[in-house]
Amino acid sequence: MRLFKIILGVAVVGILGFLGIKEIIADPVYFLELFLGGLTRGSIYALIALGYTMVYGIIQLINFAHGEIYMIGAMTALIVASVLGLWGWNSAVIVILAFVFAIVYSCAYGFTVEKIAYMPLRTAPRLSALISAIGMSLFLQNYVMLAQTSEYMPFESLIPDFKFWEPFSHIITSVEMTIIVTTVIVMILLGILIKFTKIGKAMRAAAQDKIMASLVGINVNRVISTTFVVGSATAAIGGVLIACHVGQINFYIGFLAGLKAFIAAVLGGIGSIPGAVLGSLVLGISESMFTGYFWSEYEDVFAFSILVIILIFRPSGILGRDETSKV
Amino acid sequence: MVTKKEIKLSFFIGLWFMVLTFPIMVIKVNTITNTVIFRWPNLLWVGIVCFFASLIWNYLLRMKEEKKKADTKDDIPIVHRLLQNEKFKIPFLAALAIFFLLYPFVFSMYHTSILISALIYVMLGLGLNIVVGLAGLLDLGYVAFYAVGAYTYALLNLHFGISFWVVLPISAVFGAIAGTLLGYPVLRLRGDYLAIVTLGFGEIIRIVLENWDDFSNGPRGIGNIPAPSFFGHQFGQHDSVIYIYFIVIGLVLMTIFFVNRLENSRIGRAWIALRDDEIACQAMGIDKFKTKLTAFTLGATWAALGGVVFAAKTSFINPMSFTIWESITILCVVVIGGMGSAIGVIAGALVLILLPEYLRAVAEYRMLVFGALQVIVMVFKPEGLIRSVRKIYKFKKVKE
Repeated sequence: MRLFKIILGVAVVGILGFLGIKEIIADPVYFLELFLGGLTRGSIYALIALGYTMVYGIIQLINFAHGEIYMIGAMTALIVASVLGLWGWNSAVIVILAFVFAIVYSCAYGFTVEKIAYMPLRTAPRLSALISAIGMSLFLQNYVMLAQTSEYMPFESLIPDFKFWEPFSHIITSVEMTIIVTTVIVMILLGILIKFTKIGKAMRAAAQDKIMASLVGINVNRVISTTFVVGSATAAIGGVLIACHVGQINFYIGFLAGLKAFIAAVLGGIGSIPGAVLGSLVLGISESMFTGYFWSEYEDVFAFSILVIILIFRPSGILGRDETSKV
Repeated sequence: MVTKKEIKLSFFIGLWFMVLTFPIMVIKVNTITNTVIFRWPNLLWVGIVCFFASLIWNYLLRMKEEKKKADTKDDIPIVHRLLQNEKFKIPFLAALAIFFLLYPFVFSMYHTSILISALIYVMLGLGLNIVVGLAGLLDLGYVAFYAVGAYTYALLNLHFGISFWVVLPISAVFGAIAGTLLGYPVLRLRGDYLAIVTLGFGEIIRIVLENWDDFSNGPRGIGNIPAPSFFGHQFGQHDSVIYIYFIVIGLVLMTIFFVNRLENSRIGRAWIALRDDEIACQAMGIDKFKTKLTAFTLGATWAALGGVVFAAKTSFINPMSFTIWESITILCVVVIGGMGSAIGVIAGALVLILLPEYLRAVAEYRMLVFGALQVIVMVFKPEGLIRSVRKIYKFKKVKE
């Protein structure tokens, strides 16, 4: 079976590699555009996937409402930016305030959702927590739809076209460049948070063993809340950036983005932070290639097929470890 | 009953929610005309509602804790007790039978048609109950199998002119095959991945149906699907609704019978055991994978049957009838009605589908309420509206 898998893998990579090289030689600029587009897409997935993977690492729950947190971040930014824009504020101030409000509100929502829907179910069977998460997701979507609108709302890009970027802007726009750079900065900050701070250490401890962590004096409930808040903050950044990139949002954007990010997290190995980033980039780039060279209408089908294929051949993901269930 | 401390806490929670919902509830931006409306009354409402909701929430949480401590003997729900009572059971079932028999002749076609859709949901709910309630597998793409059934009938009829009664078993087989094909790779994995993969599968089916024009006629859908015939006799429009109504009643009765028999059979007990503890169950010699696959396939079969009836009833189907919301509605029926409890699911389907139909004014809040109910039911009453009752042996003293 193992040999079969290796042969199959080599064959698939070989065929794809051959076709890929042929295409690259035929039209290198198109390939570069697709690659950079995929990188942008992957960066956004990474910002959302972090929240999934961190929460899963600690409480082994798929936080279905995470995509909605991302949507609320984008929505808040849109509302703040439009109101301040109408009041005639300076555009630089608007950008900063929109980001700040989006992050603060997403964190608050993430925190509240955890307290309402997940905390009472800490000891309940996993199925209950999962159903509660789906209910929360459904509630938040409909809450935004009823309070605002079900139509798409145009989102004026908060990020200006930078002057110094003009020579490269035919390959990659300044918005895309900003997305990639911001993602890298967020990743570095998050890495520092997890590796070197006290709360990061507590998070890692809680992920390994919650009972043991509480025995050595870690407030596990607070750690879980912090995880939700940090995950929501990165999702909000992703939400605002993607809204700038796409130019329109509605109440439904969180659903598909959340699913894709989850697929990316599984691809990289759920529970692992570098895995989530790697998985997101791989998913983003391969999706971009697929839509560019094959059928664009089957984009989502492609992502789900990837999920099924990984789950069959390597359920622990690229960087994940094999887990055996214990009694 | 309510302490001062709790009131204070609820006051702050109310304030917290007022801040939390401020941008989305109060400000409404119209990006086309560039106007902003501030809806201040909403803020007050949010505060008041959240204050009382928090009071009730805390009270219920406390009650739950106390109940856990008191460790009362589990009381059987009133519906089950009534049904076990022989004196009550027969007249009750007779009344129910008469009500459902006379329903289409007393009420208008509109009401009958609504009841048919509710009964289709009863069927779907009972099918999903096998998967979610008994076997504990969260299936979020249930509607995919429903679509398989509906399209099987529509396409076979369109191309080969095969009639309803012939398609019914064929579609059941197709549903079972689809269930096996999807279940085979995924069921080896841990439970929570299943939710995502089935969700993905549901979406894939819909996207393929929407884009593969030659096969499914794309988003335009397939129309003129004939209603079922009675030994070659085709009814008029009004009679055919009544006819379908009785077919659905028959199918629902068949489903109830099957589910009831399954639940107390060897395989049904294996499902429940597997849901409660996988490892202990395997140690008892139950093939985990095969048992799960059986549940998944049986669930898919029922969805496909429901799909055929749906296609016959509406006589027009397109991919828009098979969105993720449909799956979630069916899941709500099962969860809110009571996972694993057939009576609960039936009651859940009738209440959750009929109420929004008749309360048109609040129908747009349907999904909001469903979402909130899912969370509330899971937190306070995970067993649902009507709890399932496991069959237990009772020893009767032998009269000497």
